Amino acid sequence: MRSRALHPGAWWAWALALAVAASRTTNPLLLGLIIAVAGFVVANRRSDAPWALAFRLYIYVGALIVASRVLFRILIGGEDGGHVLFTLPRIPLAAGLSLFGPASAEELLAGFYDGLRLATMVVCVGAANALANPKRLLKAVPGALYEVGTAVTVALTVAPQLVESVQRVRRARRLRAGRTRGLRAVKGIVVPVLEDAMDRSLRLAAAMDSRGYGRRAYLGTRLRVLIASCVLAGLVGVCVGVYGVLDGTSSWLGVPLLAAGLVVAVVGFVLGGRRVRRTAYRPDPWRWPETLVVAAGAGACALLFVTARIDPDRLFPSLSPLRWPEVSWVHALSVLVAALPAFVSPPVPEVAR
Amino acid sequence: MIEFSRVTVTYPDAVRPVLSDVSLTIEEGELCLVAGPTGAGKSTLLGAINGLVPHFTGGRLSGRVVVGGFDTSLHPPRELSSVVGVVGQDPLSGFVTDTVEEELAYAMEQLAVPPDVMRKRVEETLDLLGVAELRNRPLRTLSGGQQQRVAIGSVLTAHPAVVVLDEPTSALDPTAAEDVLAAITRLVHDLGTTVIVAEHRMERVAQYADRVLYLPGDGSVRSGPPAEIFETSSIAPPIAELGRLAGWSPLPLSVRDARRVAGPLRSRLQKLSVVDRSLSVTGSALDVRGVVVRYGDVLAVRGVDLRVGPGEVVALMGRNGSGKSSLLWAVQGSGPRSAGKVDVGGADPASLKPRVARRRVGLVPQTPADLLYLDSVDAECAQADTESQVPAGTARDLLDRLAPGIAGEAHPGDLSEGQRLALVLAVQLASAPPVVLLDEPTRGLDYHAKRRFAATLRELASQGHAVVLATHDVEFVATVASRVVVMAEGEVVADGPTKEVVVASPAFAPQVAKILAPERWLTVDEVAEALA
Repeated sequence: MRSRALHPGAWWAWALALAVAASRTTNPLLLGLIIAVAGFVVANRRSDAPWALAFRLYIYVGALIVASRVLFRILIGGEDGGHVLFTLPRIPLAAGLSLFGPASAEELLAGFYDGLRLATMVVCVGAANALANPKRLLKAVPGALYEVGTAVTVALTVAPQLVESVQRVRRARRLRAGRTRGLRAVKGIVVPVLEDAMDRSLRLAAAMDSRGYGRRAYLGTRLRVLIASCVLAGLVGVCVGVYGVLDGTSSWLGVPLLAAGLVVAVVGFVLGGRRVRRTAYRPDPWRWPETLVVAAGAGACALLFVTARIDPDRLFPSLSPLRWPEVSWVHALSVLVAALPAFVSPPVPEVAR
Repeated sequence: MIEFSRVTVTYPDAVRPVLSDVSLTIEEGELCLVAGPTGAGKSTLLGAINGLVPHFTGGRLSGRVVVGGFDTSLHPPRELSSVVGVVGQDPLSGFVTDTVEEELAYAMEQLAVPPDVMRKRVEETLDLLGVAELRNRPLRTLSGGQQQRVAIGSVLTAHPAVVVLDEPTSALDPTAAEDVLAAITRLVHDLGTTVIVAEHRMERVAQYADRVLYLPGDGSVRSGPPAEIFETSSIAPPIAELGRLAGWSPLPLSVRDARRVAGPLRSRLQKLSVVDRSLSVTGSALDVRGVVVRYGDVLAVRGVDLRVGPGEVVALMGRNGSGKSSLLWAVQGSGPRSAGKVDVGGADPASLKPRVARRRVGLVPQTPADLLYLDSVDAECAQADTESQVPAGTARDLLDRLAPGIAGEAHPGDLSEGQRLALVLAVQLASAPPVVLLDEPTRGLDYHAKRRFAATLRELASQGHAVVLATHDVEFVATVASRVVVMAEGEVVADGPTKEVVVASPAFAPQVAKILAPERWLTVDEVAEALA
């Protein structure tokens, strides 16, 4: 297979499907498997670009989420009952609330399961971030979001320059025997860095202006209002719809609202895109590996949804009575489908140095 | 192609207009050099061509500017982008995307050029500027000359009839500057593009120019053929000054033309003796031994030995990235140093506290503004006095000697490049360090400012300071340095008196040396002194 960068949209679709799959279980073994699958694909298909190195950061954030969930259960838990592991002195607060108290295994495990589920979803998003070039993704956004996309692109370009600027100024501070740490050094570092950043952004704005950025077709006020309300209403619909789907309890809030929201938002984007007159240079192609990657993610998610009816108990391991979590082969195999992109997607091109 | 009729530009809060009642015409296919001292309005003139002045910068423009049939008062810069391409001073700060190919396509995407045409133009431009092998490279990893060529390419893809360049070679070493100038002349000669260039180092561009727009600083603009303008202008490239001294008419502007008429002058000078500037140095103010600087896998400096005596002015030359800055920072002790010893008056500055090290070695970094953070010149000077533990007023006295007449309440950000350099120099010299290190100090200085700065350095040297400056500016080196050290790939490849090192080198020889070779004359002042 010829090496090329996969369409960033494909990676995001795959990762989000995996995150949705993670949301449907609290089984720590299954969640661990999902993290492993995401990590495996990232290890096989990430480039050596700076954003690709951020995956580790998401793992840390995940660990932090799990730890804080468990700590909070210790802090404000303290319901009696269950297998008490240890007891901390109870600190009563107002209105019948209290801190600490006995910590039971059920309580801590519930915190752990819950935290792990959230952490897995965060890791899935991290995988998408590590695999997809954010700038290429922004190139694929619809015309109506073009300006937001440009702002993000510029921010991504400026951030490393800002870091460089801070390093340069800190080094220069030493020349004046100024402090390089602590509060008193802040002014000596912040002022030159901000002045530098300000100059730089003015120069960038002038450069963009003189290269034709912001040329657009004229649209009437009523049409503009219509576009804005379509996009807003559509996105709100999508958000509520996603909540409904993930919640899984109400029927009409789920799929129908999601679909309606998507339709309205797409109409808004298409109308809004008419304002922007521009073309894309060598857009990322969508070929069969992209379709396969999306199919792998969506397939794993769908399989987990379908098989949930077969063996629901193993997706949500019981806490009372306390029982060791078990994984059914059907579920494990469903999740493993999502590891396919490590083999079917094209290898990453070497960055020319 | 470009027509200014009765143009006056006034910025808000300005006492007098930057440009007043300017009328001029630039024909199609001309290469036009904009020259003049700092603050005379060169950038304003360039900005007015594509409408950045006043649409982007603010201020008031009266009169009419018409470019390729478009009146800039009716068309903002973004609509003129298919007619005028603008390349700024620092290419990196104008880049919007992150790889070469995408940057070349950016302007065309904005103009909604069809994809197949875009693809074709990108390939053509890559070849035209000789950057085809860099197509997938991230822009930040390119060298200065490559970045500048990509920046030129990124405006060319929109097929503008006019290209405006602001100081395209000021940050480049002589060889990279040649590459960029070759690209510019190719635009003019092969594509018939009208090119307008502002450049402080006029010696680099003057010979290619068809027309010079000279801004003396009073708001007026004189337009004419270069030989005519440089006859009387207060700043001129060294070649023109030599021509004026020798009474050549018309003034030659290329080394070739000058050599053809310089025969009589050469034979006259043969009988005169060259003022010898190399001095016998006793003792050493700075002793560097085997210094190595390593960044990850990259060896920036590979075992450099350098000994500088008191009263010496040493110029450190070499390509961009040859390790000059790394060496200076390592010597001062604030930058990383992997191996080697530095000895300044018996101590290693890296082992001293910053406050003490500062009294032994002063360093002026490449971006002097990094050192300034207070809101007035007086505050900076007072802070420098406390930092150096010297009597109040020391830094201010120094500043008044370096650049008289800077108001104490002025904001450092509002000073001109030359004034800001003087302020930083005063701040760094307040502690009277025996060793002064300067990294690219002449960026953005015009000929007058450079002359004053050279006098300052000579004065410092005569007081016994040892001065080391890293620079690309061969003309400045010729006027000020007693010794030249050339670095390449982190090693010292040549070290000797300025005359010996510089005269033989094709890249580092100043214009006067090239014209008068094999005689060893470096500057117009030397020649004038000998003739007088």
